Amino acid sequence: MINLKNIKKSYAVGKQKLEVLKGIDLAIQAGELVSIMGSSGSGKSTLLNIIGILDVYDSGDFYLNETLIKNLTETKAAYYRNRYLGFVFQSFNLLSFKNALENVALPLYYQKVSRRKRNKRAMEYLEMVGLKEWAHHMPGELSGGQKQRVAIARALIADAKVILADEPTGALDTQTSYEVMELFKKVNKDGKTILIVTHENDIAHRTDRIIRIQDGVIVDEEIPVTP
Amino acid sequence: MFDLDKWQEIYYTVKQNKLRTFLTAFSVSWGIFMLVMLLGAGRGLENGVEKEFEEDAKNSIYVSSGKTSIPYGGLKTGRNIQLKNSDYNDLNSKVNGIEYITSRYYCTGEFTVRYKDKYSSFSVVGVHPDHEYLENQYAYKGRYINRMDLQDRRKVVIIGREVENILFKKEAAVGNWIDIGGIPYKVIGVYEDAGDGDEDRRIFIPISTAQLAYNGSDNIHNMWFTVGDATVRQSQQIVDQVRDQIAGKYHFAKEDSRALFIWNNVENYQRFKDLFTGIRIFLWIVGIGTIIAGIVGVSNIMLIVVKERTREIGVRKALGATPSSIVGLFLQEAIVITGLAGYLGLISGIGLIELINYTMAEFEVVTPFFRNPEIHLKTAAGATLLLIVAGMLAGYLPAKKASRIQPIEALRDE
Repeated sequence: MINLKNIKKSYAVGKQKLEVLKGIDLAIQAGELVSIMGSSGSGKSTLLNIIGILDVYDSGDFYLNETLIKNLTETKAAYYRNRYLGFVFQSFNLLSFKNALENVALPLYYQKVSRRKRNKRAMEYLEMVGLKEWAHHMPGELSGGQKQRVAIARALIADAKVILADEPTGALDTQTSYEVMELFKKVNKDGKTILIVTHENDIAHRTDRIIRIQDGVIVDEEIPVTP
Repeated sequence: MFDLDKWQEIYYTVKQNKLRTFLTAFSVSWGIFMLVMLLGAGRGLENGVEKEFEEDAKNSIYVSSGKTSIPYGGLKTGRNIQLKNSDYNDLNSKVNGIEYITSRYYCTGEFTVRYKDKYSSFSVVGVHPDHEYLENQYAYKGRYINRMDLQDRRKVVIIGREVENILFKKEAAVGNWIDIGGIPYKVIGVYEDAGDGDEDRRIFIPISTAQLAYNGSDNIHNMWFTVGDATVRQSQQIVDQVRDQIAGKYHFAKEDSRALFIWNNVENYQRFKDLFTGIRIFLWIVGIGTIIAGIVGVSNIMLIVVKERTREIGVRKALGATPSSIVGLFLQEAIVITGLAGYLGLISGIGLIELINYTMAEFEVVTPFFRNPEIHLKTAAGATLLLIVAGMLAGYLPAKKASRIQPIEALRDE
């Protein structure tokens, strides 16, 4: 599903070049639940951005669902993001002036799905994450865990193949974190490929495969023993 | 365009920043309002002056004589120059480019004009049949003076509408006889003049009759002719021909403007037209300048809005928003704000102009150089088009900036 071959990426810091990714080779099969671990500055977020087509890489090849993702136009990139990828962010990133239902429906808006259809589907997904009664509440009225569940529903609604989550539990307490992880597991069982970036060990251990990154290279891979 | 979600978002942004939106919208409103007021007032001025010209044929040239003021050919100054019937004939036969021509003989003083027991005094003027075209008159009852009247020195008159109102309250004027200074005349028509009311308070008789009845011999007081659609240059050439002809005949200097006074309406009308074209261009420049100030304001606010919504734009892009959909979002907002605000300004501007127009008409305020301030449909349409373009201009830069925001922004946690 995701195939990275010798991906390199550097940023210009002043006159110097800062190499963030120094040749990443990674293959993730469809249906996997993978976590990427690393300390801050290790390049794990940059890697996620590249996989999410939010950032470009300097050299190497990146295949998403067997499509080479390279030198895309903005419009094409938007299309792939919309059809193949679902995002979950640490700070939820719900639009504050839209209620839960409208937030979930937003990706379908960009697919030009009619308003009635997308609201109907959004309601189904909200029901799936257990927030049907909260559909018409604004994000400001929801707790952190609820917001993240809305965000997950939003990531799922376009029927993306891959869900990318950047520190999805970073802003949540332990109990809520575990609930969110349970939700990810459930979604994974339904066949989605999920990639979670985290620096929390216990979160990483709730996934099926842990990839550790340090200084821009993959240093270790581990299959955790289920606690 | 009619996408509920976009409207919802515009509504949201406006609601979030009520004062800010109001202030920027106001500057656009004000700009359009001023433009409309300026153009309306300019039009009023133009209509006022145009009306002054409309009293008479715009393409006419007026010739009258006076006393010489320059010594010429051994003759001293102060000689009286008297125009004669022969001058009328000369102009008719020798000068090229004359369309309609009349000469006029003023029956000296105002005559008491009587019909049965009603009487009043009006000025009585002897004219040629072509006079109708020069004064912009129209015989709406009966007919105008014709060649036969002239030839036979008939005692016939055409009277102005006001004269008819005064002398003939209920009876028909045409066909009846009126008494002018003791001589009976048959009314053959009633005219209406394109000019103001005073122009309708006169009486015209054939010039031959006037000369015979009031000791005019073959004297005339002035001549007046039109030059068709001659250009300013052509009209000036005709003026030169007339001057040459008359100066040659009466032996005075061609440049002596007191001996022969010539008023060229073609030249003056063109000068007036040029002046008002200039004024209109100037008004548009001032108005557009004011609107530009408004546009810059809107643009500025939109840039701030884009800045504030950077993160949101990033999220949208991560969810699959195309650059064009982002551009559309901001462009639409700018167009809506400038469009609505401008429309309000347009309406209130036109409203005020119409109110002034109505008030002036209602209370019969007559000022010589200001009349019917108005906004033509074309001008209003132009202003509306300008607004939409203005909105697009105001929104374009911020929208472009918004569409260039990279979605990584959304992932960057502060």
